[in-house]
Amino acid sequence: MSSKAIIRFSALLAAGSWIGMLLTALSILFSKTSGLEQSVGDEAPPILMSLFIFALFTFYKYRIERAESINFVDLLWKVFVTGLIATIVSLFFQLVMNMLGNTKLAENVVFLDFIYLSNFGLVAAFLISTFIVWKRLILYQKSRFLLTAWKIFEYALLVGLVMNALPVTIVENFEDVYLIILILVGLVLSVNMKWVAYLNFKQKWKSILLIALAMFYLGYFSFTLVSASSEIADKTDAFLDIRENIFIIALVSFIFIYALFSLLVLLFNLPTSSVFEQKLEEVVSFQKLSQSIQTEQNEERVYEILIESSVNTVFADAAWIEVDNEKDGPKYYTHKIDVEGIIKIKNHLKANKIKGILDQGSDKTKNLNKYLATLRGSPYRSMMAFPIKVKGKQEATIALLKDVSEGFNKENSKIISTFSNQAGISIENFRLLTEALQNERYKEELKIAKNVQSSLLPDEIVQDDDYSAAAFSEAADEVGGDYYDTFRINDHKVAMIISDVSGKGTSAAFHMSQMKGVFYSLTQHDMSPKDFLDSANNALSRCLDKASFITTSYYVFDTKKKQVEFSRAGHCPTLYYSKAEGKATYFQNKGLGLGILRNEGFKNYIQIDTFMYSPGDILVLYTDGITEAKNVKGEEYGYDLLREAIQKHSDAPVEEIKKEIISELYAFTGTEAIDDDYTVLIVKFN
Amino acid sequence: MVDVKRIQEGNYDLLTVVGDVDASSSIELDNAIEEAIESGGKKFLIDCSNLDYISSAGLGVFMSYIEEFRKRDITMIIYGLNEKVANVFEILGLDQLLVIKQTKEEAKAALG
Repeated sequence: MSSKAIIRFSALLAAGSWIGMLLTALSILFSKTSGLEQSVGDEAPPILMSLFIFALFTFYKYRIERAESINFVDLLWKVFVTGLIATIVSLFFQLVMNMLGNTKLAENVVFLDFIYLSNFGLVAAFLISTFIVWKRLILYQKSRFLLTAWKIFEYALLVGLVMNALPVTIVENFEDVYLIILILVGLVLSVNMKWVAYLNFKQKWKSILLIALAMFYLGYFSFTLVSASSEIADKTDAFLDIRENIFIIALVSFIFIYALFSLLVLLFNLPTSSVFEQKLEEVVSFQKLSQSIQTEQNEERVYEILIESSVNTVFADAAWIEVDNEKDGPKYYTHKIDVEGIIKIKNHLKANKIKGILDQGSDKTKNLNKYLATLRGSPYRSMMAFPIKVKGKQEATIALLKDVSEGFNKENSKIISTFSNQAGISIENFRLLTEALQNERYKEELKIAKNVQSSLLPDEIVQDDDYSAAAFSEAADEVGGDYYDTFRINDHKVAMIISDVSGKGTSAAFHMSQMKGVFYSLTQHDMSPKDFLDSANNALSRCLDKASFITTSYYVFDTKKKQVEFSRAGHCPTLYYSKAEGKATYFQNKGLGLGILRNEGFKNYIQIDTFMYSPGDILVLYTDGITEAKNVKGEEYGYDLLREAIQKHSDAPVEEIKKEIISELYAFTGTEAIDDDYTVLIVKFN
Repeated sequence: MVDVKRIQEGNYDLLTVVGDVDASSSIELDNAIEEAIESGGKKFLIDCSNLDYISSAGLGVFMSYIEEFRKRDITMIIYGLNEKVANVFEILGLDQLLVIKQTKEEAKAALG
């Protein structure tokens, strides 16, 4: 069943059982007083009364207990309103009685009982609703023990309710003892007043008023019911006397005790409520400071929050934050004071040689209560200041002013010290975050550079029937400075180049792209290797920065003549394996790196070499990253190991030779991390 | 890591290079040579007998001064290169542009 349905059903049940109780009780009373035969048993009214109370209890339990709002004043307001309605209706009955005066009807016991039972219905509603509200107040901060105690109390009340419905007394005096036990349990539960602490000053006043009114209602109702029941009791004893109802008496006592306790606690807590409010303010301020590092906020915002929070928590009359700025001079954040006033105070402190308060770099911040008393023309009599440090360096100072002497206590200075520390941390975090974002951006840029650069290396090597070729290139940094490429000049001529740019990283990568431009511009003119290098040097001399150079070897394959013409510009010596001789050798020829001599004299240092190739011969182009690769002992891979490796795998297909060379190289260094770019290009003639 | 010291000996300045010259430490070598030139000396000996390794960036430093030395009529002689380092100079062809000697005596003799 939904709680809405329960509320409706219990309201219906309450109304029905109340009417039933009214009719049965009146009918019994009427029969007894007029000597007629009873049509209903004596046991019916008490049972219906208990049922009525139970239905009411369920009704309010679901209406109040399930309500979302836990605003205490709202809850007390509910009690007040219920009481008010009950009082108005009850006063209306009183008015009718008064109007009847001493007429016969007013003397009629059945009529009196009707009024009495109607009043009872109203009071029961008030009592039960108040009881549920009290329950919410007591259980505001639950513990297992409290919940258990409360459950016991509720069940004990239920037992009392059942006992009322029973027609016979089980044990003599048991009911009195039971009642005392119920009242005592209620008393114990009434010490739970934690909700009071969460009210501010205004709310406490409201609560006091509402509870006082509730107590007044309670008194009024008790009086009305007790006097009415004693009046009826004078005439007959065949009615429902609430003075014998354990449940109602226990409930009234509990409600009264708790109301009284609440009233007293509220009254005594009134003077200290400002302290609690201040503490709450501190917590909120602290939280604000901690949270002020979201990305859309900046350092300025942190300072603004700091000054606002500090002023609010210690009730300062004025305050400022001075942020050091070497470039533009200090920057001020102020609260109810202008820069002129600040400078006046600073000068005063300086003139009186009061050190260690606003001095930058000094962490001796202290409460300067007495010093400001001598400052004329300024309303401020006490001051405290604290440094705001970011990464251990003082970046700003916060100063707070009050217009009374000895205005700041130890507690205040502790709070502001904590605040300024937190502000420092917030700023530091903010900076770290910004830095991290910046780094992330750089990484992205480098990734783009890597992509661009790797696209500078050819996807495919120009193939020919005369040879097969395979290449490998791996950069040490995100971007490298090694370059190789091929170009078909005509049907029987293919150009091949390998280059290594001095230095590493991004600048090397830029120069490499220049080299590629030079290669494609010059190679198509079918130049001799020497002319090619001379022109390349001429072009690059105008592009490269002062301390950069590029080493290059340039080869022209002529498949008609079965020969290769090549020149070397400072690049590592070419390795050549001759199948006929069964061994590999390095070509020894002169050369000079591109960009080293930036004038006409360059070509004097370049020579052309030519060799004829036969099937099974192997040409190995590589960069110094390979020969200078070091193992853990610091030994270089060197020329000999490279030569031996080629000799060893000379019979294998070119792809396999490449793979073997690379895996041997990595096995030698023993690490995947490389110091310099590795590039190797292997050509095997068919 | 590289350490470059300059002392005056007779009619020339002696620069002693100790350690490895790689991309990052090449700046120190550059600064040292720059300083030596600014001091107004015309004759320099560079002792590389304790130079363990030189990268392309380090070679770039030597190379970048060739033209300036020629213009300012400065003589610089390098000596004491170990086999590995000497090979690096040779491959690049720098040995054809710089004066490189085996020993200090040879270097001093070449300086005149």
